[in-house]
Amino acid sequence: MTTKQFMIVNRKAPYGTIYGWEALEVVLIAAAFEQDVSMAFLDDGVYQIKKGHQTKGIEIKAFEKTFRALEDYDVTKIYVDQESLTERGLTADDLTIPVEVLSRAEIGKRMEEQDIVLAF
Amino acid sequence: MALEVNGKTYETDEEGYLIALGDWNEEVGKFLAQQESINLTDAHWEVINFLRDYYTEFQIAPAVRVLTKAIGKKLGADKGNSQYLYELFPYGPAKQACKIAGLPKPTGCV
Amino acid sequence: MLHIINKSPYDRPALDSVLKTGTGAILLIEDGVYAVAKGGAAEPKVKAALGKFKIYALTPDIEARGIADRVTDGVIQVDYAGFVDLVAENKTNQSWL
Repeated sequence: MTTKQFMIVNRKAPYGTIYGWEALEVVLIAAAFEQDVSMAFLDDGVYQIKKGHQTKGIEIKAFEKTFRALEDYDVTKIYVDQESLTERGLTADDLTIPVEVLSRAEIGKRMEEQDIVLAF
Repeated sequence: MALEVNGKTYETDEEGYLIALGDWNEEVGKFLAQQESINLTDAHWEVINFLRDYYTEFQIAPAVRVLTKAIGKKLGADKGNSQYLYELFPYGPAKQACKIAGLPKPTGCV
Repeated sequence: MLHIINKSPYDRPALDSVLKTGTGAILLIEDGVYAVAKGGAAEPKVKAALGKFKIYALTPDIEARGIADRVTDGVIQVDYAGFVDLVAENKTNQSWL
C-alpha cells in the first residue's frame, strides 16, 4: 500500500458540532490503513483535547478518551498552536495527551510538507 | 432489527451489532456467539473482556492491527498475533469479537 | 430580555454583539460556555459585562467541556430546569445563532 502523509486539521470545539468526532474517525481509519497521519489543533480545536470532559449531562460520548488510543494507532505527531492555547488560558498541562506545541508559522510549515490535508 | 434472549428484546443494527452498549450481558454475548457459530471458551472470553475494557477506556472498538498489538502487550505475544485471534474468531477478531462483546463495528472495518 | 448564545466567543462574535446591543440576561449554552472559562481572552469581557447583565451558563455544557474548575466568579450556573425557568421568566428571548 502506498503510504501518504496525511494531516488532519482541527479548528472546532467538541460537542457543539460533529466535526471533531468526524475528524477523529478519519484519523483512525487512515491510521488503520497504515498511513502516516498527523493532527494539528488550532483555534477552538484545542478544546477537543482539553482534559476532564464530563459528558453525562449532555448525553454525548466523551471522545476525549479516544485521543488516548492514538498512540496504539501509531499516531504520535500531534501539533498544537501556542497562540490558540494562550488566547484560551490553556497550557500543554491542560491537555489529555502529550503534544508538540508550535507557533502558527511552524504549523504552517508542517502543513506544506503534507501530501493530503483534511480540515475540520 | 432485534434479537430475543430469555424473553427480553435487544435492538441491533442491520448487521447484527447491538445498538445500546448497556444492553449487553453474558447471556446476550452467548446468544450472539451462537449466531456466529462460535463455541465460547475461556480464551474467547479473555478477548471479549479485553475488548469491553478497551471500549470503556477509549470509547472505540480497535482496528485489527491495533487489537493484535494491544492484546500482545496485555496478554502476551503468544496471543497478540492474528493467527491466534483468527483461530478464535474466524471471520475476523475485530468484526466478530466486537459483535459478541456488544460493541459497535470497529471504525475503519469494512 | 434573555439572550441565548451557543457559539464560542473565540469562533463567532455573538457575545460581543450581545454585549453591545442588549440588556438584561445572557444564557450561555453549548460552545457558548467557553466564554465563562477563566484565563482566556473572553474573561475580562465577561467580568466587565457582569455589571450590566446577569450572566447564566448551562452546567451540563460546562462539565462536558472540562471547564467546571474554572468558571468566572459571578456567573450563575443553571441546569436544564433552570434553563426552562429563565425562558419562562423573561418576557422575550432571543437566540443569537
